[in-house]
Amino acid sequence: MNQKTVIIIFIVLSFAFVSNSINIYLKPFIENNSNLHTKESEGRLVWQRNNCQTCHQLYGLGGYLGPDLTNVISSPGKGVNYVIGLLRTGNATMPAYHLREEEEAQLIAFLISVDRTGKSSPLEFEPLPFGQIKQK
Amino acid sequence: MKNQVGKLFLLIALGMLILCLIFGLLAAFNYIFPGIWKNSLSFTKLRPLHVSSALFWILSGSIGTIYCTLGANNEKGASRRLSVLHLLFWITGIVGMFYAYLTNQFGGREYWEFNPIFAFPIAFAWLLFLIQFIRMVKPIAQWPVYIWMWLTGIIFFFFTFIENYLWLFPYFRSNFITDTTIQWKVNGAMVGSWNQLIYGIAFYIMERISGDTKPARSKKAFLMYFLGLFNLMFNWGHHIYTLPTDTYVRDLGYAVSMTEWILLANIIYNWRRSLKQIQKNYTFFSYRFLMAADIWIFISLIQALLMSVPILNLYTHGTHVTVAHAMGTTIGINSMILFAVFVFFLDNSCYTIVGIFRKWMNILYWLTQICLFVFWITLNVIGIKKGILQLHHPEISFYNMMTDMQLLFKIFTYTGSLLMISMISIAVMIGFKYLNCKINKLGKLNENFIIVSNNSKSFKST
Repeated sequence: MNQKTVIIIFIVLSFAFVSNSINIYLKPFIENNSNLHTKESEGRLVWQRNNCQTCHQLYGLGGYLGPDLTNVISSPGKGVNYVIGLLRTGNATMPAYHLREEEEAQLIAFLISVDRTGKSSPLEFEPLPFGQIKQK
Repeated sequence: MKNQVGKLFLLIALGMLILCLIFGLLAAFNYIFPGIWKNSLSFTKLRPLHVSSALFWILSGSIGTIYCTLGANNEKGASRRLSVLHLLFWITGIVGMFYAYLTNQFGGREYWEFNPIFAFPIAFAWLLFLIQFIRMVKPIAQWPVYIWMWLTGIIFFFFTFIENYLWLFPYFRSNFITDTTIQWKVNGAMVGSWNQLIYGIAFYIMERISGDTKPARSKKAFLMYFLGLFNLMFNWGHHIYTLPTDTYVRDLGYAVSMTEWILLANIIYNWRRSLKQIQKNYTFFSYRFLMAADIWIFISLIQALLMSVPILNLYTHGTHVTVAHAMGTTIGINSMILFAVFVFFLDNSCYTIVGIFRKWMNILYWLTQICLFVFWITLNVIGIKKGILQLHHPEISFYNMMTDMQLLFKIFTYTGSLLMISMISIAVMIGFKYLNCKINKLGKLNENFIIVSNNSKSFKST
């Protein structure tokens, strides 16, 4: 294939890729919908600093040794106290995390805000034509 | 000197593979002995150690291969100083990563969970690699497809690696859905970028074994390359079908992923020719590894296509089917292609694939393939079972689900142990041969086979 043609196609595709990236980056700015306030945003960092995603998932994304925590706050029989209890004592698989009170509050605030964004259970989706799905 | 650097990258890659396999097995033990080592070497350390080592195995192997193939006789190309600096930054990044994990300094995102400070040496090293690469390929006018693939892999890895740290800015971090969308855009494109590096290497080795330079310059090769690039850029939406992000992101991911049927059709169309080539080249050990990679490409592509259909993805998302796919691609495809290039260098430079070495390599090769297949099947069964339980028996608790699958986890861990032994043995055998092989002989390969000519402005095979 001609080298010039290859370069042109490469540049066109790269331009489309960068445009799509910018469109995604600008979404919070255009819609003005930062859904995490400082406390929750800090909670996300607590989540990362303790590497929670290694075992747990949010929207099915993460590790599989522990359960998905997207809706742990609103799940029947679970909730804030359940999370705090597990964090402090651990269980057979999970070590106890000795977080500062402030960090604990930030993490809980983060999980509450994630819970509000939607439902992650596959049961919450219904099929559409052509194999697509939609949240109920 | 330049090839010494290339060779050192290859040795680092082998070391990372050995560590990756050991950490992987230690992590897997958590499934059959819950909480084992949880207060010392917990799963939160072992999984990132395993995953990051795997990434550095693939990346270091790719860098070493590119240095050894392009850098040898191109005296005006790669700079010696930059090569050494590149190596030093790379090693600093790796050491920093291990230090961070072992001292609980997390803070990053999936695949790169270490303290973000250690991302700097890795980014600098990659930037130097990009500069070196451009210097090495500059004298070549008509690039074969594998050089385009390498350039694509290097550029997009650098871009996505930087993009991976956008969360450091509160603007991005403050919107959970956008932030997660960017995270999986990064992960999807980054996997695509190292696949470009690896598939480029496979193309190069095929050219060298067959001696036929036409396929890497054909229209079809470039069309397949653009299809791969298109998928790298836009198919990542299939990771986040359940995330409430923009509908167009999911639809675009689905539509673009379906273009991979063309790749599958191409593999099936070429099947008979591939079989003939296998029969013809079976005696070449590196070809045998490429043959294994071909079969794993076929298997993984079918799996990827099925997983990319949203309604089927509902069953597999968040389950071990995803792990099976990752293992099939990183071990079955990426590692087999890297083994192929390592053995190819040895075979052509040190003439060592003979006698007892050959016999053992053959045994280990088949042991690896069999263990990997059983390992892959087991992971899929675990994942499908979990998917079905999640959808049809939501009343079952996570704990009961995990307990119910103990037998499968045991099969997965024990076949994983055998897989680890066979792959480490291959890596150790290759590593020792490399150490015994005189330092410049890897570079000699290029002098014998490839001439970069400013006059002809093309690669020539002698």
